[in-house]
Amino acid sequence: MIRFENVSKWYPGGVADAVDNLSLFINEGEICVLVGSSGCGKTTTMKMINKLIEPSSGTIYLDGQNIETLDTLTLRLNIGYIIQEIGLFPHMTVAENVATIPVELGWKPLRIKARVEELLDLVDLDPRLFGRKKPRELNASQKLRVGIARALAANPMIMLMDEPFGALDPVARTRMQDEFLTIHQKIHKTIVLVTHDIDEAIRMGDRIAVMRNGRVLQFDTPREILSHPADPFVSELIGDRKALKLMNLISCAQLMHDVSEFRQTWNRDFKAGGTLPGASTIGMQATAQDALAEMFRTGERFLFVEDDSHQVQGVIELDDLFKSVSQGDDARKQ
Amino acid sequence: MDLVGFLASRWQAILQLTAEHLVIVVTAMAISVILGVVIGIAITFNRAAARIVLKFANLMMTIPSLALFALLIPVLGLGKASAIVGLVAYTQLPLIRTVYAGIMTIDSTIIVAARGMGLSDRTILFKIKVPLALPAVMAGIRTAAVMGIGIGAIAGYIGAGGLGVFIFQGINRTSDGMVLTGAIILSLIAILTDQVLGQVLGRVQRRFDP
Amino acid sequence: MRANSDDAGYAVSLCRIVLLAVIGILLCVAVVEHPQDRLVAQLVSYHRVLVLLGQHLSIVASASALAILTAVPAGVLLTRPRFRAWTPRLIGLARIGQAVPGLAVIALSVGLLGVGTMTAILAMGLCSLLPILNNTLTGINAVDPALLAAAHGMGVAPRHVLTRVELPLALAMIMAGIRSAVTINIGAAVLAAFVGGGGLGELIITGNTISRVQVMVLGAALPMLMALAADAVFDMIDHGMKL
Repeated sequence: MIRFENVSKWYPGGVADAVDNLSLFINEGEICVLVGSSGCGKTTTMKMINKLIEPSSGTIYLDGQNIETLDTLTLRLNIGYIIQEIGLFPHMTVAENVATIPVELGWKPLRIKARVEELLDLVDLDPRLFGRKKPRELNASQKLRVGIARALAANPMIMLMDEPFGALDPVARTRMQDEFLTIHQKIHKTIVLVTHDIDEAIRMGDRIAVMRNGRVLQFDTPREILSHPADPFVSELIGDRKALKLMNLISCAQLMHDVSEFRQTWNRDFKAGGTLPGASTIGMQATAQDALAEMFRTGERFLFVEDDSHQVQGVIELDDLFKSVSQGDDARKQ
Repeated sequence: MDLVGFLASRWQAILQLTAEHLVIVVTAMAISVILGVVIGIAITFNRAAARIVLKFANLMMTIPSLALFALLIPVLGLGKASAIVGLVAYTQLPLIRTVYAGIMTIDSTIIVAARGMGLSDRTILFKIKVPLALPAVMAGIRTAAVMGIGIGAIAGYIGAGGLGVFIFQGINRTSDGMVLTGAIILSLIAILTDQVLGQVLGRVQRRFDP
Repeated sequence: MRANSDDAGYAVSLCRIVLLAVIGILLCVAVVEHPQDRLVAQLVSYHRVLVLLGQHLSIVASASALAILTAVPAGVLLTRPRFRAWTPRLIGLARIGQAVPGLAVIALSVGLLGVGTMTAILAMGLCSLLPILNNTLTGINAVDPALLAAAHGMGVAPRHVLTRVELPLALAMIMAGIRSAVTINIGAAVLAAFVGGGGLGELIITGNTISRVQVMVLGAALPMLMALAADAVFDMIDHGMKL
C-alpha cells in the first residue's frame, strides 16, 4: 500500500539526516505505528506521505504509484490527516468541520448532510446534539472524535495520525484507543500512527517501526518486538515489565484449555453449570494480564473463561500464564 | 448663551457641515479598509515585505496629521481630494497592522491541519484565515474609523469642509460658540462610532472566537 | 551575550538620534541658506526655527509631565483594593475619552479657557493622560494575583508590595503608555500654533498662508523627525532598563 524506497531527508545545516535511507512497506488495512523519541524522524517520515515534507532522495509509492507523479492536493484529499492538536476550525460548527472536504469536492448538500450524520454516528457523537456545537464547546476526546470524522469524510484510503491521543488524560486516552480500534474494524483503513509512547504502539499497532536517528531499528509485530527486541535501544524503549506487556497482547480465548482436563487434574466437585461454586470467571476477550490480576485478587490458581452469554468455554491456570510468556521465547528459539 | 445662540441660528450650516464631514470620512474609510485589508493580507505571504510595509506605515503615523495635509496641498490642491488621500494614508497603519497580526496569530496547527487535509491555499485563505482574522480586522476598522473622524476635522484647515471648519474659523474669529459646536459634535460622532463599532466587534468576537 | 545585544541596541538608537538631528539641521540650513524667495527669507531664520523648536519641545515636555504625574498616581490609586471594583468601568470611561479627537479637546479648551500656551498644554495633557492611565490600570491589573498572595504571605509590607512587585512588573506597560503619549503630544503640539501656543505648527500655518511649500515642508518635517527621535530615545530607555 505504502512503500518507502531508500528515502532520506536532510535539512541544510542539519548535523544528521532527519530520515536516513529508510525503506518500509506498509500493508493495506494494517495499523502501522512509528515509535521513537522526539527527533527520531517519525513525524518527518509520516509527513512525506502526504507531501507536507518533500524527501531529499528516494521514492515513496502509494499503490504502486510514485507520489511525486500525483497531484499534491488530490493526494492529500485521499489521505486522512489527524494531528495531536486536531486543528478543528474554530469558526465552523462540528458539522461544518466534518463537511470541509465534501464541500471542497462539490458534493450535493443532501449527500453531505447524510455523510456528516453517518460519520458522527461512527465516532459516537449524536449528530443532533453535536452537529451545531463549536469546537470550543468540546472536550479533548470529543475534539478527537470530530477530527477522526473529519479525516474520514471523503473516505480516504489512508489515515495519518500524529500523536492523536497525546492531548488526552490517561483514562480518556485508553478509552479512545479502544474505541479507535473498534472504529478501525469497521472502516478498515491503512493507518500510519506516530507516537512516542511504546505502550500505545503495542496496544494499537499491527506492526511497529521503532525509529532512532532517522533509521528504523526494528519493524515487526508488537509480540515479536516485545519477545525479541533487535537492539539494546529497543529493549530500553520497551522498558521493564516486558512480560506483563506481552501478556497484554494475549487473550484468554487463546490461552484457555478444556474444562474436562482440568476436572481430572484437580478432582473437585463441579456444579451442573460446570464451574466450582463461587469460582471466579473472566471474559474471553480479556487479556492474560487481566487473568493474572484476577487470580491475584482471588488467591486461586485458576479461572473459568466465559463467553458473552456466560457459558463456560474453558479454564486458565496460573501455569498457562507462565507458559504464555516464556513459551513464546522457547518456540522461536528452536 | 453663546453656544445655544449659535446652535439655534446656524442649525442648517451645522447639519450641512456634519453631513459633509461624514461623507469625507466614510468615503476615505471605504477606500482605506479595502486597501488596508488587501495590503494586510498580501504581506502575510512575505516576511521581508511585511517588515518594510509595517515600518513605512509606522513612519507615516509619526507625521503630524496637519503637516501631512499641508504637504498634500502642493500635490493635490486644496479640497476634498487632499483630505481623502490624507485620511486614507493616515488610517492605513492600524488596519494593515491588525489584519496582518490577525492572520499571523492564527493557531498554526489549524493551518497545518487544513493543508494536510488537502485544502488549496486559496481555500485556506478565504475560508479559514480571513474568517478567523475577522475580529482583528473589525478592531482595526474601529480604531481607524475613530481616528479618521478626528483627523477629518483637521482637513477643514485645507478647505475640505466638514466640522473642522467651525473649529478653525471659530478660533480665528474668537467665536466660542462656533468652536464649541464643532468640538462637541465632533466628539459625539467619534464616541458614538467607537461605541457602535465596539458593539459590532463584540458580536463578531462572540461568533468567531475559538 | 544579552548585555552585548542590548549594548548594540543602545548604540543603534543613539546613532538614529544623531542621524535624525543631522537631517533636521540640514533641512534648516537648506531653507535658511537657499530660500525660494525673499518672503521665505524674511520669515524663516535660524533664530525663529530655534525659538519655535524650543517652544514645541517645552509644550510637549510640559504636557507629557502633566499627563505622567496625574495618570500614574491615579492609576496606582485606582488599583488599590478599595477602588478595584471600579477599574473595569474606569477603563471603559478612559476608552470613551480616548475616542474624543485631540483637535476637539483643544477646541473645547479654547472655548472654555480662551487661547494661549496654557490652554494648549492643558488640552494636550488631558489627551495624553488617557493612554498612560489605561496602561497603568491594565499593567497593574495584569500582575498575577498569586504573586501578590505570595508577597503578602512572605510578610512584605503592603506599600512595598506596590513598589517592589506591582510597579516593577507593570513598568513595561506604563512605559509603553508614556511612549504613545509623547508621540501623540509631538503631533498635537503642531495644533498648538492655532491656539496661540506657538511651536513648529507656526511654520505650517505661515507656509500655508503665504503658500510656500518650502516652509510647509520644514514645518512638517521637524515634528516628524522629533517623533522619530523620541521613539529612539524610548528604545534607549528600554535597553537601559534591561541592562
